[in-house]
Amino acid sequence: MDRRVPRTVIDPKFRQVGFVPPGATPPPARSHSVPNDARSSSELSLSGSSLSPVMIPPPRHASADGLPSVVRSAASPVPIPASPLRRDTVQIPIGSYNPSESLLGSSPMMSPSRQLDAVSEFSDDVPTSARLGRSGSGKFASSFPSSSGEMMTMKITGGGGGGNTPKSSLTTASVVKALPGVSEKDRGALIEVQNEGISKPQKQKTQKLRGVPFKRLSVQRRLPAKESGEAVKPSASSGGALPALKQGKVVKPSSQKKDGPQVTAPVASSEKKVVDRIPDKDRKKDVPHPRMQFDDKHRVEKAKRRAVVNQSEARNRVELFRHLPQYIHGTQLPDLESKFFQLDPMHPSVYKVGLQFLSGDISGGNARCIAMLLAFQEAIKDYSTPPEKVLVRDLTAKIGCYVSFLIECRPLSISMGNAIKFLKNRIAKLPHTLSESEAKSTLISDIDRFINEKIIIADKVIVRHAVTKIRDGDVLLTYGSSSIVEMILLYAHELGKQFRVVVVDSRPTLEGQALLHKLVAKGLNCTYTHINAISYVMHEVTRVFLGASSVLSNGTVYSRVGTACVAMVANAFQVPVLICCEAYKFHERVQLDSICSNELGDPDVISKVPGRNDLNHLHSWADNENLQLLNLIYDATPSDYISMIITDYGMIPPTSVPVIVREYRREHLWI
Amino acid sequence: MWLRSASFVLDKRLQQQEPSSFFHDPRDSAQPPPPSPSVDPMDQNPDPNPNHGISAYYQTRAEHHAVVSSDWLAQAQAAIGRGAAPPSGCWPSAAASSAVAARTGSVGGGGGKPFSVIDEFNYWRKKPDLAEAVAAIMALAAVIRSSEATTMMELEIELKKASDTLKSWDTTSISLSAGCDLFMRYVTRTSALEYEDFDAAKLRLIERGEKFGEISLKARRTIAMLGQDFIFDSCTILVHGFSRVVFEVLKLAASNRKLFRVLCTEGRPDRTGLRFSNELAALGVPVKLLIDSAVAYSMDEVDMVFVGADGVVESGGIINMMGTYQIALVAHSMNKPVYVAAESYKFARLYPLDQKDLAPALRPIDFGVPIPSGVEVETSARDYTPPQYLTLLFTDLGVLTPSVVSDELIQLYL
Repeated sequence: MDRRVPRTVIDPKFRQVGFVPPGATPPPARSHSVPNDARSSSELSLSGSSLSPVMIPPPRHASADGLPSVVRSAASPVPIPASPLRRDTVQIPIGSYNPSESLLGSSPMMSPSRQLDAVSEFSDDVPTSARLGRSGSGKFASSFPSSSGEMMTMKITGGGGGGNTPKSSLTTASVVKALPGVSEKDRGALIEVQNEGISKPQKQKTQKLRGVPFKRLSVQRRLPAKESGEAVKPSASSGGALPALKQGKVVKPSSQKKDGPQVTAPVASSEKKVVDRIPDKDRKKDVPHPRMQFDDKHRVEKAKRRAVVNQSEARNRVELFRHLPQYIHGTQLPDLESKFFQLDPMHPSVYKVGLQFLSGDISGGNARCIAMLLAFQEAIKDYSTPPEKVLVRDLTAKIGCYVSFLIECRPLSISMGNAIKFLKNRIAKLPHTLSESEAKSTLISDIDRFINEKIIIADKVIVRHAVTKIRDGDVLLTYGSSSIVEMILLYAHELGKQFRVVVVDSRPTLEGQALLHKLVAKGLNCTYTHINAISYVMHEVTRVFLGASSVLSNGTVYSRVGTACVAMVANAFQVPVLICCEAYKFHERVQLDSICSNELGDPDVISKVPGRNDLNHLHSWADNENLQLLNLIYDATPSDYISMIITDYGMIPPTSVPVIVREYRREHLWI
Repeated sequence: MWLRSASFVLDKRLQQQEPSSFFHDPRDSAQPPPPSPSVDPMDQNPDPNPNHGISAYYQTRAEHHAVVSSDWLAQAQAAIGRGAAPPSGCWPSAAASSAVAARTGSVGGGGGKPFSVIDEFNYWRKKPDLAEAVAAIMALAAVIRSSEATTMMELEIELKKASDTLKSWDTTSISLSAGCDLFMRYVTRTSALEYEDFDAAKLRLIERGEKFGEISLKARRTIAMLGQDFIFDSCTILVHGFSRVVFEVLKLAASNRKLFRVLCTEGRPDRTGLRFSNELAALGVPVKLLIDSAVAYSMDEVDMVFVGADGVVESGGIINMMGTYQIALVAHSMNKPVYVAAESYKFARLYPLDQKDLAPALRPIDFGVPIPSGVEVETSARDYTPPQYLTLLFTDLGVLTPSVVSDELIQLYL
């Protein structure tokens, strides 16, 4: 756990992309666990144990009976050391919403690692809430009165100015007091009114937080809106019960400010930066393309209305992965098939490919990408510009429509995203002078060229490179079924190299068997085993060849789930791990874990073991609300475990992925 | 004066045209140097098969650096004792004179007998101050000069053929193949094709080739400038092998009145460390010699490790004289920085995954006593140091972290 400590500050930034925003109502099933968790967490806090990243934080959920419970539930996720001050006066309404708290890792009274986790898991609330505040703050706040209060305190303290401002604690205190019973609208109005006359920076801050309760402005007005660094001390002391701040001192509870319960508002400057520095507009830029967060009720509603595929609510969603599109495909297929002839806007070839994705007939990064491109090619062939429309615009919209249909069938892979980007780019760059038929034929040949150059020829180049790394007497290990690895093995065999292959496979897909079948048919010497045996089989292996769904710019390899495990074991055995991946699958995104972006598969598949009727313990798992099954499709392999990435540009270390991404993009401009 | 220069053994030999006198009589010295029998035939026959035991690359090195024997040391000491020139002054002049000589020589060669790249390469290769990659580049430039091609395409094919012969002549030399690749890249990537006039284009290519050679020669000076900043007063530097670049760095630092101490490994089997220590002692730098196995013992007093490189590979690791890897490992585990000085023409598009993933460069090892029958001897001359054990690379492109090497290579070859 200690290892996580230095990452505290970083974690929230990445995690914010995909975790439960406060707007989502917590599942009723878990509500009873809140007090438990709270208690246990505070007990554990001193021992330094922490939530493991996969553990689910207790939902912050509003009990309606007023202030104390609000405060307590909010405070629960953060370990509160048993300080008498703390216990008696109900403090820290900010609780988990205040990431700064946990940034004060040096505070002796809180176990840093605990705080850490609290931060990393909750801090995403900050941006999310801000975003919600922008769009639909009203809904959010009213649906969650208690948390909005907390948000408020946090925001204000954060926005108070340099360091910790004296006023912050005051405001927070007043806010909490104001909380119960003030209706959302009133609060909003109140703020509007009260904002006038506040010093400027503060005003900006509060305006950003419209719709959050804000009473007792008189108190605030009285305060000099000091924003200097000297303010740190007073605020800390006003923070009172909280053993706050870097100095690690426990400061005396302040007596000067007596409004409401004493509220602690320790805000480290670093936290403030996170909150302050990124105003909403900037954040838009920061997040390259906001992916759909499937636990965001509001947007899911909207998306549903547009959807062709009927989205039914998946049951028993796994907490940590709620933001991902839930697997509901199995039930969709018959429904969609029946709609085949009714769907107007969809081109039949696209529709067909969509269904194939849905049913799993086409899988594998390259296969899916090629199928999609060919379908688009068909669609473009049959396309004619409607009257009074421009081809460039209309076709782009059409393609966008197809793409969203495909996404509904199965989430796009990164390689497909890149291909779509390429196609849209080509459409946008079409010279206006071209006639429709010319434009269409240009696009069709562009697609052909993309498939040819970026996939087929690229594969050949990769095979050439990879074969140089196979020597006689090698034992090669591969996991799952990667088309490129298969080509490499077969080519090396054709060249007459003497080597042995270990095919490692895993449930539930068991793709490795298909690969094994092909290899054995060609006369290769193979061993087949499941991933459970990986640590045993690894000692005799000399090279590990793996495919990848994508390679991200920090060198992380995003691939079939289990790849990370294989790579890690290989690394532990000092066996070089070679990743084979075409350059068109590279992506400039950075990803540190497998949580924020992933795909969920059918949970039923892992609950059932074919041919074993006696293993029916999970028979009716869906009825049990305490049970969630997680069938992840991908995982992220850290670059430390990877010795080499073989692409069509040659063999490169994982640190050079950004160069390829850069060069690749430049090349795109040339085409 | 240049007789006293660092490579006087070789120079003398060149002057006297007496190849057999190059190697001292083994019986004279206490520890007989390995006079490889294949060397002499090679001098007569410019195109030997290099793959019968000894890497041609290391043959060249042996010729350049001579083989250290007590006899040689005595001679060298005497030279220093006479207070004659430290090598600093004469190297550039020697290089210049040899370059002039080379030009005339190659032109003459082009006119007379049928041209052979290998001849040319061997000619350049003998120059003491010329790295192998530069020799390859010079040889290829000579190919262009003597080419009778009439179109760009023909010329390119001819060049390709020549570089392939060169590369296959010695497959173990990384800098040779890197130099060939680089030159091919440098030549074919240029805007030479824009010239309608073929002769103008050809002239331009030759010019480029020669310029490249100059750039390569300048590289060492650039590196010395960059590298000496890292040497601070009263630091202790561990050096392994004889690297001209490292020597240049240390020399510049010494001439800038930096006070530092150098620990030299012995550098078995060719004892390059002995030679290096001798050169440093001539500069007035305090030197201490270690046997190769005393590296870990003395690592705690070392502030930094300086090594050269035979080749810098795509991962950012280096291929260097045997023993570099273990020194880097020891340094890494004791948190000492490992600095590599290497010219950018040593960057090669290679990516060894492990030590055995390279064409082994073999070199005979003299153990001083007869080896019992049935005992195998590891004769590989170099090892691969993975990038995670290196701190920085000083190159003429700047001071790089190992991961940047691949970036440079991709941009160069893409």
